[in-house]
Amino acid sequence: MAVAEPIIANDQDTGESELARRLARTWRQPTGIWGWFCNTHHTDIGLRFMVTAFIFLLLGGILAAMIRLQLIRPESSLMGPDLYNQVFTMHGSTMIFLFAVPMMFQGFGVYIVPLMCGARNIAFPRLNAFSYYLYVGGALVLWGGFLTNTGPDVGWFAYVPLSGPAYSPGHRADIWSQMITFTEVSALGVAICLATTILRHRAPGMTLNRMPILLWEKLVISMAVIFAMPAVMVASGLLLLDRLVGTHFFNPAEGGDVLLYQHLFWFFGHPEVYIIFLPGAAIVSTLVECFSRRRIFGYTPIVVAVVATGFIGFSVWVHHMFAVGLPQLSESFFTAASLMIVIPTGTQFFCWVVTIWNGRLQLRLPMLWCFGFIFVFLIGGLSGVMLASVPVDLQVHDTYFVVAHFHYVLIGGALFPMFAGIYFWFPKMTGRMADPTLGTWHFWLFFIGFNLTFFTLHFLGLRGMPRRVYTYSPDMHWHWLNVLASSGVVFMTAGLLVFLANVIWSRRVGEIAGNNPWGDAGLEWAMSSPPPPYNFLHIPTVSGRDPLWEDPPDQPVVVGLRDDIRETLVTQSLDADPQHKDEDPGPSIWPFLTALTVSAAFVGSIFTPWAVPIGAPPVIVTLIGWLWPRGQSPTPRPGGEAWVR
Amino acid sequence: MGSLNEPIRRPLTLDVSGLPSVAFGHRNTTWLANVFYMAIEAMMFALIFAAYFYLRTRSTNWPPGHLPPSLTYGAVNAVVFLLSIVPAWWVRKRAPDGDRRAVRNGLLALSLFAMAATGIRVLEFTTLNCRWSDDAYSSTVWVLIGMHSGHLVTELIETLVLLVISFTPKMEGTRLADAAINSDYWYFVVVTGLMIDFLIYGTTRFL
Repeated sequence: MAVAEPIIANDQDTGESELARRLARTWRQPTGIWGWFCNTHHTDIGLRFMVTAFIFLLLGGILAAMIRLQLIRPESSLMGPDLYNQVFTMHGSTMIFLFAVPMMFQGFGVYIVPLMCGARNIAFPRLNAFSYYLYVGGALVLWGGFLTNTGPDVGWFAYVPLSGPAYSPGHRADIWSQMITFTEVSALGVAICLATTILRHRAPGMTLNRMPILLWEKLVISMAVIFAMPAVMVASGLLLLDRLVGTHFFNPAEGGDVLLYQHLFWFFGHPEVYIIFLPGAAIVSTLVECFSRRRIFGYTPIVVAVVATGFIGFSVWVHHMFAVGLPQLSESFFTAASLMIVIPTGTQFFCWVVTIWNGRLQLRLPMLWCFGFIFVFLIGGLSGVMLASVPVDLQVHDTYFVVAHFHYVLIGGALFPMFAGIYFWFPKMTGRMADPTLGTWHFWLFFIGFNLTFFTLHFLGLRGMPRRVYTYSPDMHWHWLNVLASSGVVFMTAGLLVFLANVIWSRRVGEIAGNNPWGDAGLEWAMSSPPPPYNFLHIPTVSGRDPLWEDPPDQPVVVGLRDDIRETLVTQSLDADPQHKDEDPGPSIWPFLTALTVSAAFVGSIFTPWAVPIGAPPVIVTLIGWLWPRGQSPTPRPGGEAWVR
Repeated sequence: MGSLNEPIRRPLTLDVSGLPSVAFGHRNTTWLANVFYMAIEAMMFALIFAAYFYLRTRSTNWPPGHLPPSLTYGAVNAVVFLLSIVPAWWVRKRAPDGDRRAVRNGLLALSLFAMAATGIRVLEFTTLNCRWSDDAYSSTVWVLIGMHSGHLVTELIETLVLLVISFTPKMEGTRLADAAINSDYWYFVVVTGLMIDFLIYGTTRFL
């Protein structure tokens, strides 16, 4: 593939390195503390999303360990019910809103997608940076509340009437509601950036039919985010209004309805599961292809399955509400829809298995984690099929069986692929290989610990142990199973410590990786590791689904983009034919300032509705500062520039 | 695929230097982002519409114990919205021709329409015949019209900013494309406004 450095060994050498120098100067990101807040390059912002989300994984993990410590013996007085309620609410909210989506969708997406597309930066890089700061704002609000004894204590879904004004005085539920606004605006911003990048910034020749499966999945997830996240914003927004200004959306005494909240919440909540799982599946599809050393089996069925999952995900939300007394006809419909999700998921599984079966498998470290994913997620999927059935669901509703199920699905669907992805792209991100021995220790410790904890929970659930209750009586005979479940935490913690040690160690002294240490086919391996600020010396063109495996050495590269301004190439959505040139807006402090003013308005509206009229003018000022044209081009645009209508 | 480290002797190239640097309509990336943005907002409106009809099934009378909102200001505003389509359409049509003067005049007219619509909207709030804290029906009416007013004010500010830019030399290719996209967004504000009118003035009377 004729892209990036090191590239020319003959008389063109001088020209190419001069080009690299000019591009590096043009695309340079500012440095220093001020520069950190101005940075808009996708690799930097993507890494920030990942590192921040990982910190919240650790914090959410500490909360989980506290829960397991509390439950290790009956009638434990380690935590009282009030703190316990906060802890499990914070655990769920942190893991879903501050870890899983920001890591799997935003972090990996923002870092990988533009590289895989063959683009120099993400579309709308300032919106992308803004989304990061807003996410951090939401995280600080939630954890700031918790650390000042104002942590939400109403479950990660904050059902009314418990979270309504009558039963939750104070500001705990308000903090939860506004954290939702912060994080969902952030995810929506990134969804717009990623979908536009995928549809408009693909390398010439990368038609939809040649798009890597990871890009397909990110596109589908972006669409799911765009259509699902508004539902939770409406739910939490109306809840906030009920609490703050006395509206009655969820107050049955005044014509409101509590189930309306559940419908709105789960209309988001179930697609959310796929928003978390599909990025994991995307990573697995990429890795299975790479380490089986063959093209993925069933490209078209996988793509169809991914798109189908995106659609079906919107028609199953009521299975979270089987116990609320809905008409049987609708329960039957949602049972059928929930069972139907097995078809696309099974399709993906079988395609992975056939790819591995017919390939020449290399059991490298990232692939080990993929096998972990396949094993764990499969168990979670099977218990999901059981729960789709109304009688079973009613029997185990609100017990630890459900907890076991969704941890198998979410840890299997997100955490295992996440570690696979981190080990896989670690060399691209840092330029060095992660240590495989430490990585294997990490895997087995985590895998054993995880199954010890969560497989046991199935049995506790079947024996009737309810979720979200801070302790239990010794008469229930749940003690030893709880000891077993809690012991898994030790292994998982040890595994995570080994992982952190590995990252710190390998980042400094790991083996130098080179451009493409795994011999993968994706365009993200076509430049040096870590990528230069301009990503590609020349924008590549592609002629197949696996460019670095298939394209001939003289595959054309794109020339004619200016190197004195941040010019980018826009291609057609379907066929990726070059269409026009665009300009990257470059680094700016305004996204950060706008995030500050928006955060101030959001936080203020926890306390008073006046925060909206008072907070709006600063937001408007910073937005105008952000969008005001500043002659970004160092040279004036030619008067007769070509336009396309 | 050869090794990446092999020298490329005579790379074939795809020269894009002659491609245009400004795109209008659906080719523009901001146009696409605007479509996604409208999809998000449309979804929020749709969910609150759904909530409106859901809550309606929970009440024997609709509106429950209130007169329907008075028609006058709502009807006047619907006419203003419909007429405002003309300058929005004009901006959208003339922008790709680089007709800065026409775009400026169009933006000026659109700003005036948006200001008029905002002013009438303030009066609309006084004749809804309910207060948001009365009951669930009233809450929904206020949130619907309030959310739309948020869009209206946002769009008014955006149009005013573009109007100011149109008096400067910065109103070049990309900004003209932005002005055309602004018209698309105005259409969205008009369509959602008319739907909300139908909901709160129409369904309270005829359904």
